[in-house]
Amino acid sequence: MTEHSTVTGGRTGELVAFRVAEQDFCIDIMSVREIRGWTETTVLPHAQDYVKGVINLRGAVVPVIDLSARLGLGRLEPGPRHVIIITMIGQRLVGLLADVVSDILSVPEDTVQPVPDIASESARAFVSGVITTGERMIRQIDLARILPEDRPEAA
Amino acid sequence: MSGTDLREVFFQECEDLLEALQDGLRQMDTPDHDPETVHAVFRAVHSIKGGAGAFGLDALVDFAHRFETAMDRVRAGDLAADPEVMHVFHRAGDHLADLVVLTRTGKQAGRAGDARLLAEIDALAGPPEESAEGLDFQPLALDLGPLPGLPASPEGAADTGLDAGPDTGPDTGPDAGLDAGPRTALGAASPLPDSLTDTPADPPTDPPAPPGATRWRIAFAPTAALYTAGNDPALLFRALERLGPLRVEADATALPPLAALDPMAPCLHWRLELTTDAPADEIAAVFEFVEGLCGLEITADSAETDAATDMAAGPEHGPEHGPEHGPEHGPEHGGGEAAPAGADPRGALSPAPATAPADPASPGNSPANNTAHNTAGSEDAARAPRSSAAASDAAPAPQPTIRVNLDRVDRLINLVGELVIKEAMLSQSIARLGLPPESGMTTGLDGLKQLAGEIQEGVMAIRAQPVKSMFQRMFRIVREAAEATGKQVRLEVQGDQTEVDKTVIERLVDPLTHMIRNAVDHGLEDPDTRLAAGKPAQGRVVLSAAHRSGRVMIEVSDDGAGVNRDKVRALAETRGLIPPGADLSASEIDNLLFLPGFSSKDTVSALSGRGVGLDVVKSEIHALGGRVTIASTPGAGTTFSVSLPLTLAVLEGMVVEVAGQTMVIPITAIQETLQPGTATVHPLGSGERVLISRGAPVPLIDLGATLGYRAAPAALDDHVLVVLQVDAGRRCAVVVDRIHDQRQVVIKSLESNYGRVEGVAAATILGDGRIALIIDPDEIVARGGGRLPGDLSLAAMG
Repeated sequence: MTEHSTVTGGRTGELVAFRVAEQDFCIDIMSVREIRGWTETTVLPHAQDYVKGVINLRGAVVPVIDLSARLGLGRLEPGPRHVIIITMIGQRLVGLLADVVSDILSVPEDTVQPVPDIASESARAFVSGVITTGERMIRQIDLARILPEDRPEAA
Repeated sequence: MSGTDLREVFFQECEDLLEALQDGLRQMDTPDHDPETVHAVFRAVHSIKGGAGAFGLDALVDFAHRFETAMDRVRAGDLAADPEVMHVFHRAGDHLADLVVLTRTGKQAGRAGDARLLAEIDALAGPPEESAEGLDFQPLALDLGPLPGLPASPEGAADTGLDAGPDTGPDTGPDAGLDAGPRTALGAASPLPDSLTDTPADPPTDPPAPPGATRWRIAFAPTAALYTAGNDPALLFRALERLGPLRVEADATALPPLAALDPMAPCLHWRLELTTDAPADEIAAVFEFVEGLCGLEITADSAETDAATDMAAGPEHGPEHGPEHGPEHGPEHGGGEAAPAGADPRGALSPAPATAPADPASPGNSPANNTAHNTAGSEDAARAPRSSAAASDAAPAPQPTIRVNLDRVDRLINLVGELVIKEAMLSQSIARLGLPPESGMTTGLDGLKQLAGEIQEGVMAIRAQPVKSMFQRMFRIVREAAEATGKQVRLEVQGDQTEVDKTVIERLVDPLTHMIRNAVDHGLEDPDTRLAAGKPAQGRVVLSAAHRSGRVMIEVSDDGAGVNRDKVRALAETRGLIPPGADLSASEIDNLLFLPGFSSKDTVSALSGRGVGLDVVKSEIHALGGRVTIASTPGAGTTFSVSLPLTLAVLEGMVVEVAGQTMVIPITAIQETLQPGTATVHPLGSGERVLISRGAPVPLIDLGATLGYRAAPAALDDHVLVVLQVDAGRRCAVVVDRIHDQRQVVIKSLESNYGRVEGVAAATILGDGRIALIIDPDEIVARGGGRLPGDLSLAAMG
């Protein structure tokens, strides 16, 4: 990671920005392993509605999460134009289904602002901060919360 | 190679040595054991001590030394290996194993062990050790001149060792060894013992010393290798001292000025004078562990026994001879390490050693050789080389082995899995081309398919290991359990060469330990009860392993009283596990033991009643893809049978389609498949259906509905029924849409990136690159089984 904005004294982070349900989101580029096109998933039984299923990533079984559904923005019917962002969350590989990856941003960390109070609880649950660049407002996603909650172990 | 790596090598060798030790001790339990066994045990302990010395692991050295001293008395015939002695030895062996583990993990025990055990061992080692402590050395003719306080090892040895220091003191050599090339230290430590036994006796040209004391002059010049192997001259001298009055004189003339001193090079020689009536071979026996590591001359002082042996064959002679002797002895060491009989001077010695420090342990001879044996010795010696050569021809040479990091093997297994998947994908796309069967493409692909299969099998075999190592640990469990409960138990092991995937073995240790403890604690009766029932006081627990139709069966059976079904039933009722008066078969009652929170003993014992019940055993085995069942005959005993997959990497499965999803059903769970047209299906209650299969009703469920993919179809006409059977004979028929084929699939974890999914055991990747879920028959049957009345309790066990 580069550190060149000594002027502001803050660290510069690189973020991958993408669109989900007409909104801009971003995650730290360090968590992104790769970005690939949509492939049909294998549906998991008894999974939450935002878990699209699992895909084969070079031999690893990787779950794909429909971000739109996870963020409460309605389920996405994926097609060939959609992308899966493969991320590393903790020790797990997880795919995030998004409409499109827009760009990679270089932002000083101190430009990340807290989520405004106005946001609903559900939005604040997954968004850890917002970044404004020009006209756009980009929501930074708290990846750790994206994962399904504790699955029923003994079911 | 760093010191830590070498330490690790040492500890790996320790595992082999401990295994040999446990093996040997068990053989010693039998009344007519091979005398060689005692030597094997002794060698194992000594090698551990030697290696530990090289790394400065004092606690280990100290304990191994005490153990070794006690063993030595048995070896010498001073101490009979009666059950009481063996009991101490077993515990000492266990303790040594503990110490090795503690040392390895860095939690090195400050002291060598619990006082009681030490006292018992020391009592066995007893008198000689005392006398050694009370040594009365002659004043040393040590002229160190201007070299006080030298750190170097030879001097250190001279300083501390000869001052009759404490047992732990003399490990000065090891420090040198650590730097001077511990590789050799280890190498030397293990081959050394080999030279003990296999060497044919040398011809003693003279009868040994006549009765009455003879004065022996011994010139002793250790090489650096002697120190790096963890030996200590002082200990040798003390051993000599036991034979008679000893005068020790150190020769420091070779000592260079301090500036020129190479701390790794030994500079001291010793001249010893020993007055003893012991025969020459007894004196030589003292040096048997340092053969080839020192210059040694033993000369009788009287004219008629003017015989000298030059045993100064350096280690460089060893390797040529190693291979001849190695094979016979390799197995005891459990590895390929035995071969470099680095110091086997006998072979190197040419035909005329003037006299014989006759071989201390030629096969069949007691090590405490007396004079009578020695006269026969020359004949023996003449024969021995031939017979030993013959033996090595006959005995199978140990397969050379390498140690490989497990990660590498796993990576290879993963890659091969990928290869198999790619191969399947390739065949699918080629099949779509519709090429004629005789085309080069098709035959080439067939060849590829076969090769991929063979590679997969070969790679899987790398991970396979005999269950012996795991079974061996159970002897200790039984011993400790027997001690804790005051019962007498004999453990018998069958089929310990059965090979199973290493991961399966590792994860089986805990459940197996629990079952073994359970067998001793709950299965067997007290000796009095047994005698009253007309059984021998000593209970018997049999642990067996065998391959059976692509799986491994491991059984733990005892000859105890069997499951007390009335009590089990009553207990289950009072705990609300089953409805009062439930109609349960004998086998169903037995299986109640696997219910969570069940403990059938009135008083919770410290041993196996720690709140961890058989339900944990069951779930652990379940997690391995295994099944456990119990069979019991009142008064005759109980048998736990564990059926396990050979590997956790592949599985033979039936590929089916359900609600548009491709799924895999493990073939082991499938009893039969039926077309609905030919099957008898009866409705039961509201929407439930029952299939009559093999004369018995089986609940029928829709796989798609069970997994939440769809509502159960009303008509079965276009579907196929698969009858699943899991342990305890529970069955269930599932409805699937289509059966594709049967094939071996590579198991992929679903849990590493996602988590457990109900009804799904794992995932696999099919020929088209997509993931297919492997269903968990146990959970599916448990769901289906719950719908039949009377089966409620059993469903809870799934």
